[in-house]
Amino acid sequence: MKRIKDTIKKVLLLGSGGLRIGQAGEFDYSGSQAIKALKQEGIRVVLVNPNIATVQTDQGAADTLYLEPLNLATVTKIIAKEKPDGILLAFGGQTALNLGLALEAKGVLKKYGVLVLGTPVASIRLTEDRELFKRALESINIKTPFSFAVTTTEEAMRSAKKIGYPVMLRAGYSLGGLGSGKISSEQELKTRAAEALHNAPQILIEEYLAGWKEIEYEVIRDKSDTTLAICNMENMDPMGIHTGESIVVAPSQTLTNKEFHQLREVSLAVARRIGLLGEGNVQFALNPKNGDYRVIEMNARLSRSSALASKATGYPLAYVAAKLAIGKRLAEIPNSITKKTTSCFEPALDYIVVKFPRWDLIKFQAASRVIGSEMKSVGEVMAIGRSFPEALQKAVRMLNIGGSGLTDYPHTIADAPDEIGRATDRRLFAIYQELRSGTSVATIADWSQINPWFLEQLASVASFEKKLRRSKLTTELLRSAKHYGFSDKAIGQLRRRSEESIRQARLTAGVIPAIKQIDTLAGEFPAETNYLYTTYHASEHDIAPSQSKPLIILGSGPYCIGSSVEFDWCAVNTARTARALGRQVVMINSNPETVSTDYDESDRLYFEELTLERVRDIADFEGADGIVVSVGGQIANNLALPLARLGYALLGTAAESIDQAEDREKFSSLLNKLNIDQPDWEKVSTAPKAESFARRVGYPILVRPSYVLSGAAMQTIHSPEKLAEYLRSEGIISQEHPVVISQFITNAKELEIDAVAAHGQVIIEAISEHIENAGVHSGDATIVLPPQRLYLETIRRAKQITRQVAAALKISGPFNIQFIAKNNDLKVIECNLRASRSFPFVSKVTGYNFIDLATRVILGEPLPQRTFETLELDYVAVKTPQFSYSRIKGADPVARVEMASTGEVAVIGKNYLEAFYKSWQATEQFVIGKRLLVSICNTHKPRLLESLRMLAELGWELYATDGTHEFLTNNGISARFAKKASEGEPNLLDLIQNRQVDLVINIPNGSARHGLSGSDGYQQRRATIDHQVPLITNLQLAELFLRCLIAFHNTTLPARPWHSYITHLN
Amino acid sequence: MTMQASSLLLKNKTVFPGWSPAWQKNKVFSGEVVFNTGMTGYVESLTDPSYTNQILVFTYPLIGNYGVPGPRRWESKKIHVSGVVVGSAVETWNHYEGRGSLTSWLQSQQVPLITGVDTRALTRILRGHGTMPGAIVSHAKGAPRLPIFNDEIGTDLMKAVSIKRPRIYGSGPKKIIVVDCGMKENIIRSLLRFPVTIKRVPYDYDYTRESFDGLFVSNGPGDPADCRATIEILQKALSLKNPRPIFGICLGSQLLAIAAGAKTYKLPFGHRGHNQPCLELNTGRGVVTSQNHGYAVDEASIPVGWQVTYRNLNDGSVEGLAHATQPFFSVQFHPEAAPGPTDTKDLFEKFFALL
Repeated sequence: MKRIKDTIKKVLLLGSGGLRIGQAGEFDYSGSQAIKALKQEGIRVVLVNPNIATVQTDQGAADTLYLEPLNLATVTKIIAKEKPDGILLAFGGQTALNLGLALEAKGVLKKYGVLVLGTPVASIRLTEDRELFKRALESINIKTPFSFAVTTTEEAMRSAKKIGYPVMLRAGYSLGGLGSGKISSEQELKTRAAEALHNAPQILIEEYLAGWKEIEYEVIRDKSDTTLAICNMENMDPMGIHTGESIVVAPSQTLTNKEFHQLREVSLAVARRIGLLGEGNVQFALNPKNGDYRVIEMNARLSRSSALASKATGYPLAYVAAKLAIGKRLAEIPNSITKKTTSCFEPALDYIVVKFPRWDLIKFQAASRVIGSEMKSVGEVMAIGRSFPEALQKAVRMLNIGGSGLTDYPHTIADAPDEIGRATDRRLFAIYQELRSGTSVATIADWSQINPWFLEQLASVASFEKKLRRSKLTTELLRSAKHYGFSDKAIGQLRRRSEESIRQARLTAGVIPAIKQIDTLAGEFPAETNYLYTTYHASEHDIAPSQSKPLIILGSGPYCIGSSVEFDWCAVNTARTARALGRQVVMINSNPETVSTDYDESDRLYFEELTLERVRDIADFEGADGIVVSVGGQIANNLALPLARLGYALLGTAAESIDQAEDREKFSSLLNKLNIDQPDWEKVSTAPKAESFARRVGYPILVRPSYVLSGAAMQTIHSPEKLAEYLRSEGIISQEHPVVISQFITNAKELEIDAVAAHGQVIIEAISEHIENAGVHSGDATIVLPPQRLYLETIRRAKQITRQVAAALKISGPFNIQFIAKNNDLKVIECNLRASRSFPFVSKVTGYNFIDLATRVILGEPLPQRTFETLELDYVAVKTPQFSYSRIKGADPVARVEMASTGEVAVIGKNYLEAFYKSWQATEQFVIGKRLLVSICNTHKPRLLESLRMLAELGWELYATDGTHEFLTNNGISARFAKKASEGEPNLLDLIQNRQVDLVINIPNGSARHGLSGSDGYQQRRATIDHQVPLITNLQLAELFLRCLIAFHNTTLPARPWHSYITHLN
Repeated sequence: MTMQASSLLLKNKTVFPGWSPAWQKNKVFSGEVVFNTGMTGYVESLTDPSYTNQILVFTYPLIGNYGVPGPRRWESKKIHVSGVVVGSAVETWNHYEGRGSLTSWLQSQQVPLITGVDTRALTRILRGHGTMPGAIVSHAKGAPRLPIFNDEIGTDLMKAVSIKRPRIYGSGPKKIIVVDCGMKENIIRSLLRFPVTIKRVPYDYDYTRESFDGLFVSNGPGDPADCRATIEILQKALSLKNPRPIFGICLGSQLLAIAAGAKTYKLPFGHRGHNQPCLELNTGRGVVTSQNHGYAVDEASIPVGWQVTYRNLNDGSVEGLAHATQPFFSVQFHPEAAPGPTDTKDLFEKFFALL
């Protein structure tokens, strides 16, 4: 038999597109590993992924890269052009899987002779269709929940009656459980089933298993039927809470040997029955009262859980899965940690792993904090320790939500029992608060359904906290505090002492964390790889300090809104350049969805907290040469000043300069000194001062707290009444917490410069322009490079300011400056002396790796003596934000000053319109027909008039609400009248629900308060999102988008590889 | 449970400080220190007679999470290890089958415990130096007393753990002789899934003149070369005119090999865990096995007519043997699992099919 390996020379790999809730950075990890695995075998890789911020889309990763939309039409074109021998569907999440199924169903793969590598399509379909899956499992006597697959609301109601309420509603073919939930009544089912059936052809009504333990097994299988369970995981939050929303431990903690191995055996049987070839996971519900089980589902692809399992065990699942897909056997693939044994084994852990989801619900006004069977978290952290409290408290610190452990969660939860019972994003803290005040484990177990084992562990922390407050702080007590995972800061707070004095006492007493290796075999074989964590439950280090003084790179920490895969890209590229220059690299990061936590990306990987305490522990142990704080985003950046003050050497720009840019007052006086304009602003600590400032500069104004990332709690305020309300309701103004108020300039443009400087001299810069007017957060803005509509004078002036600032702050390394431009008036909004979120974008669009240059600068390496052309490009690139509004029920889907997007995509095109249109499509929105619903606030109506007229002429069917309808009719454009929700039924909500429109343009008045759940506009926008109809809410985007619809009427856009644009690299 | 400071002392003079239950007073408990990398299954391991005279180190740091079930779930009637070493002994257990905590169970059987040990550091020493004698010593009265370490494992281990007189299980048509060298109960449970009558006999019982359809040789403690009585009887069984199917597990596999003419040797630190990968040589399929052994069959000494059927993927050692023409086969690992994976439980079916 001919081996697959010999016939497959070129493979098409589908990525996962923009990061969104339910599909995030984990697929950069899995795709990157797949590329490595295939290239080692001499196979050429063609990658399609518009996510420009990923490591997998780097030059030198795939042989051919397409930054193109992941849709059927585009990928079909790419297949026709590239003629790959095989395709991988399992490495790009649900996006890649669904696209692969579509390509197969349409006969594209057959037509071009493309072989699906890994798990066959028939098997995938078996796992994706719940009824087929259930029947397949029944055929081998494996239990699944009592359930019915239905396609109509009526069927759903009948089935629920048979099972009895409450029932579980599940939607098929969707990522992250969208549309799923507990249904308690007939009435509720009617609404929810209808909604879910809009998004999926089929839904499932099933037995309600809330309170059962939720367990997951990661399974891998090769062509010779060797089937392994690499890792099992237990959700602390039982069934009823989505696994992406649960605190998860690995390995399982409360399962007996019998249960552990029974479920393992079932998961292997499922993998065999389905015909898995590669990686997948099987989810179980396990009855805590009698050990009965149900198989909930199987994913026949890499997933968030498999990324977590890889990091938790050290077993590189994605890498191995790629090798299996091309026909390798497990026993032929070396174990990359021991280098002595093979990949045919199941890891044994000698530590405990805790995954904690990172939510950002506060960023979405009007969004509910209740968590359940739909995923809302935007990221996660993974903590490793040798006891549950140690790992859990580490995880809490890693989240970067203000607490340095369980004891100092910064908010008091008013109704803790309620938040425990309903489950909110801060349930753990509510539980701890209750335990501390004496509520019993049994009571909390009753409220939460959480297994008492976990609660007892938490109770032990609470009772130790009491002891720690009262008893004498002996060495023994200090050591115990560390065993329980208390930070120096938390101990200090409980003892009314400073963090530093606790640290010094601890070091004097010799209480230091031990550094342990993750070796996949619990010490049975020596590890060759330095994948490390720290623990206090130990008596010795596994390793000695690095031989030559390493540099330490601080990674991004958890993904959240405003800090995402782009900072992982920066950290990975810094490490790669530094290692290429012969430096020893230590990486610290806490985020399992990253490439920087692949242990082959650094010389030593510490899967650890990015806290002052832990960074110091590691730096002290390693005798670090310097710390890089400028490539991990804001968490790393915030450590700059504290580290520098304690005498740790930072590489790159000095900490004082970073502070000068971060501290609003210092930065402002610097700008004044340099004669650079800025919007008027003032830091005020009383309401009257705020009001007098607003009177002086005029409304609207922008209000925000200092030192924030992505404008948390930032708002524009349009009237004195609203200002008074804001200051009252937020309760944030005080002497300790002053509010920064600034002038808000309307009808202005925003632009930004990403640059690298050496000793104050700019060596490369790129100017990007925001398509939306000022008022949309830079992370939510659509960005074009090179700029398309800026005056030369503006560009010249922006460059000049950049040079001035770089020189004044003596910048050495990456930085970013944001500007606001009105006419030729240029004001600086902010300046960050670190890599910004657009670094991968400008690097890949210009073809010059800004991080590579920045790394050379901070390491003092010689720089290329040349200039870099980043403005006069023969092409245009547009970066578009990826939103996850459909996940956040209730959130108003309008981009404002507060960042809400969860990811981004970028596409390069021959011209502005082409790049913009494809970039928009790359966010996986599809306009499938020619029916448009428009609703535009008065001031903006004329701007869209001509485009709407042309669309009507091109055969578009227009629907419009009252004012817009009147306006169009008066201008001779025929449009159908659509009632607003408040105007009676049937109305536009019916149009949207029944998908009688293919696109909705709803431009709210800039001054309307968002999240006002009663308003017609809000209801319309929300319904559009909930029924997955494309929505545009910004005037500039709408103008451009309508131009695209006209320009590309009856035109298909070509797909071109990245390297065809970036000719200077060829 | 009230704890007191204690130490684990190794023969190479390494000392691991920890905590032991107060009931241990200042007694000294010694044994051969071995480690197991399984993440569950402490109840099964502690009641496995193969661990007789050994101090068992669990590399997984949290032991006791699900408590201890009633004796029906044990692998024998009592705890066989001479001591238990853990990172942390969890007393706040939770499980519907649990009847008590690990610590109280150990106390009720007077089996010593030491917690708070860096079991990873300890494992690395055992991996490097090989398993070695050690002792758990409590510091109830001042400085620990230094024990006298004895390298002799003891030769009468099997006698201590084997059944005293034959016992019959089941009433099926096929009769199996089961030689109990210190057998785990799950082997009996696994065999009883088939229509068989089992006669479980002591390690030195001569069954060769009785009528039976198949012979099974169990796991057990100690050095296989010391088990002369069992080996001699096995040699007779192998040379019967009308040889009956023979199936051996773990020590049983080593005894069968010795009876056939092969030799065994001591592994540096043994195989103890639930993740031992083996290659099934006739299919090329990998299986994950549960193991607990300190000795292995020397491949070079395997006599003509026998072949290796399974091989350990980590160190290449012999994991399974079969005779080319006769119905004799054995495996070094534990197809009955308990604790560990169940990948190879079909071997019991294979044995039954031969009867």
